[in-house]
Amino acid sequence: MRGKNNMLNEPIVTKRMGFEDSYTLERYLATGGYEGLRKALSMTREQVKEEVNKASLLGRGGAGFPAGRKWSMLRQAPTSYLVINGDESEPATFKDHLLVERDPHQLIEGTMIAAYALGVSQAFIFTRGEFALGIERLTAACNEAYEYNAVGKNIFGSDFSVDLVIHPGAGAYICGEETSLIESLEGNRGFPRIKPPFFPAVTGLYGEPTVVNNVETMSNLPWIVLNGGDAFAALGQGSSAGTRLFALSGRVNRPGWYELEMSKTTFRDLIYDKDLGGGIIGDKKIKAFIPGGVSAPWFFEEHLDMGLDQDAVAKAGSMLGSGSVVVMDETTCVVRASWRITRFFHRESCGQCTPCREGSGWLEKIMRRIEEGSGRPEDLDLLMDVCDSIAPGVTWPPQQTTICVLGPSIPSSIASAIRHLRDEFLEHIKLGHCPYEKDHILTGAAR
Amino acid sequence: MKQNNDYMEKMLARKTPSTGGGFSAEGMKRAEALMALYPVKRSALIPMCHLAQGEHGWLTEECIEEIAALVGVSPAEVSGTASFYDMLHLEPVGQYVISVCTNIACMLAGAYELLEAVEERLGIASGQTDKDMRFTLEEAECLGACDTAPCLQVNSRFFGPMNSESFDKLITDLASGALAGVVPPHGVLSRVERVFSLTTKGATDAAQMDTTDAGQK
Repeated sequence: MRGKNNMLNEPIVTKRMGFEDSYTLERYLATGGYEGLRKALSMTREQVKEEVNKASLLGRGGAGFPAGRKWSMLRQAPTSYLVINGDESEPATFKDHLLVERDPHQLIEGTMIAAYALGVSQAFIFTRGEFALGIERLTAACNEAYEYNAVGKNIFGSDFSVDLVIHPGAGAYICGEETSLIESLEGNRGFPRIKPPFFPAVTGLYGEPTVVNNVETMSNLPWIVLNGGDAFAALGQGSSAGTRLFALSGRVNRPGWYELEMSKTTFRDLIYDKDLGGGIIGDKKIKAFIPGGVSAPWFFEEHLDMGLDQDAVAKAGSMLGSGSVVVMDETTCVVRASWRITRFFHRESCGQCTPCREGSGWLEKIMRRIEEGSGRPEDLDLLMDVCDSIAPGVTWPPQQTTICVLGPSIPSSIASAIRHLRDEFLEHIKLGHCPYEKDHILTGAAR
Repeated sequence: MKQNNDYMEKMLARKTPSTGGGFSAEGMKRAEALMALYPVKRSALIPMCHLAQGEHGWLTEECIEEIAALVGVSPAEVSGTASFYDMLHLEPVGQYVISVCTNIACMLAGAYELLEAVEERLGIASGQTDKDMRFTLEEAECLGACDTAPCLQVNSRFFGPMNSESFDKLITDLASGALAGVVPPHGVLSRVERVFSLTTKGATDAAQMDTTDAGQK
């Protein structure tokens, strides 16, 4: 995977990516590995939690919930669990894939630090099944870590013991939702659970209190413990502290991962800087970009100078989400792009709730009719009407109508596209094909 | 550290998907060891489905029945769970399962054009298996390798960026065995097995661990 982190004095989660053998214990130990865990074990649990609180580390999974606050909600009980969410499936997101495959020991170390802080003795790393090489390296790293005594009984001679299980997923987008992930980990279909209880921290895996944290969130912990929460919070700005892994893809010259200080870099830098995205292929103009995974409303040229900042993006009506940025240039067919996103949601809907299951299907059918040249001008209002039925008002953040938050975010991308680029949709309908590329009518493969 | 063993060698040597059958004796030991890793044994249901696919290339009816018996649920419960997940195949698949991503990032890089070329080269449409049971073709959702778009997977191993020429070469390399070290048989997720059991419970050998249902909810 291609990427860069030299915009930083000191990368936090990607510092070993330059090494071919970054995933081995040997390399890990040669580059300061497991020092964070050693230090954490010399501190009290409260002191470790305090450092994470001071770091104001926001969860890197998509919702951006402060990790320290999530930990503080863990209900006190004789048995509790830590589950790491590595089921990265949000389209165009590939940061956890990188961290699992290229630095599995860092993830294990972070997980052990969290397990210590939370006082749990059983942790699971739920890894997306499609990341087979990642699962293989994580399993090898887990074997090495047990032998090295960084996992298991009396870690590094302390009285702290924890078991770690690498759990393979089996291919379902919805399992990224934490209650669905727990259901899947219990051996069931990945159906999100009815809320309340809102948080697995109260009732989670096997009905016990459970903290579910993202892979990137965990990978930050060794550095935070070693360097202190204040050093982490000094990077970035306001609530968007530290660095973050951004996954850039689409019509740019240099797609890849970029570890950047939050807030300090703008979308324009990320897309156009010669050391980052390197500009748009063929020097074309930008039409739209997705700021944080396909569930996020699209951004347009006027948003380019906004910083990569969770609050700023939220204020502008979208989300930084999973940190994946997808660039669409002036030749991109908006009908085709929004159809493909809708199709994804339709395929991946778990089917429990009507607005999501039926709504996504109808959106996909209507979008497809337009894409294939049989659209009608009134289809745009019809689409917005269906969007409104899925999430009343089609606001951001959306109104909750389903068991999990994924359903109501289905309309966000397509609604933002229709609102901003309505003329293009109408032009497509009038012509019966894409105004930019005539051969974009779905044939053969897309049947 | 021992990272490989006879069982894994046998899995990796499997050329074609099997026509059916249950777990081998060695596989059954591993299924039991998997259950012992979890506080509640049903949690091993999906890992055991992967184990079955590693032995057979797909999730056979016999394995579904054996998993059901191990976990203590009906076979319908196992197949009902398995059918939810894209990676678990309840019907035989070809030697190579080719999954072409067509989601947004790959689409912007020409994934549908790639998929058409793949369909033409293999002579099958997405969702089909060729009559020699060599290839199964799937249109995948985002696989999480968007910097190498358009990407595809062969038996869950990544290749990208791809075009019709590099795909032709991929097929040639698969046929010649040049990729044997990269692409395991379909269903083998990890070529490394867990060697450590639950040390906090004092056991040392996963295969010998207690698999009673004390933790069953």
